[in-house]
Amino acid sequence: MKIFSLISAVVVGVALIYGTMDMPEWGDPNSPASTHVSPYYLEHSIEHAATPNVVTTVLADYRGYDTLGETTVIFTAGIAVVLLLRKRRKTGGEDDE
Amino acid sequence: MIRESQDVIVKTLARLLVPFIVIYALYVVMHGHHSPGGGFQGGVILAASFVLLAISQGLDKIRQRLSEKTAGILSSLGVLIYAGIGLLCLLLGGKYLDYGKLSKLLPVEPAQARSLGILGVEIGVALAVMAVMCLIVFTIFSFDEDSGGDE
Repeated sequence: MKIFSLISAVVVGVALIYGTMDMPEWGDPNSPASTHVSPYYLEHSIEHAATPNVVTTVLADYRGYDTLGETTVIFTAGIAVVLLLRKRRKTGGEDDE
Repeated sequence: MIRESQDVIVKTLARLLVPFIVIYALYVVMHGHHSPGGGFQGGVILAASFVLLAISQGLDKIRQRLSEKTAGILSSLGVLIYAGIGLLCLLLGGKYLDYGKLSKLLPVEPAQARSLGILGVEIGVALAVMAVMCLIVFTIFSFDEDSGGDE
């Protein structure tokens, strides 16, 4: 079973590495990401949202739904930590509550 | 459990530093439109001021200012502000989180309204991040109170 896990891990790893060969070069101006939405955001940020910082516009406006999810993730992480680690009010008293 | 520091230098310096940290955090939140910054970063800096107070003045004193219950309410409130602004845009006839529709409520152009909408959600994010960070730190700081068992 272990040898099977190893083989599957190696096969998937090689496939993933082979897949990265076709990826555009880092920062390539002709890559699809740099020719499609990026220039649109850069050119229209001021006109659409009157905000000079394009990062803020993308983060909170164009990709606002994503940021809402991030905030929810942080909130959920906090609640999870509190639920797991909060001190119990009544230590040793098992009969009450 | 973090107790009050006995060192007068630590206590005084922490007390002196906290207002500046809070001002800087608010600056980072409000100035996110023009410079690097925003809700996440500002919220963490704001939480750092509470953590600095907690490790210098003792956890109990800070709990009087920001109890774990208040922090929990504030973190929920932050997410609620964000989702609420989105819902408000929906009610005003736009898409979810389409801040341009807020111009029906505010006396500004749609582009300005989007800018203000961004500011609103950043404040929500900052509240949530600040409260969650404080909550996590307070909870971890007070974790060893369990083992005593005399409370």
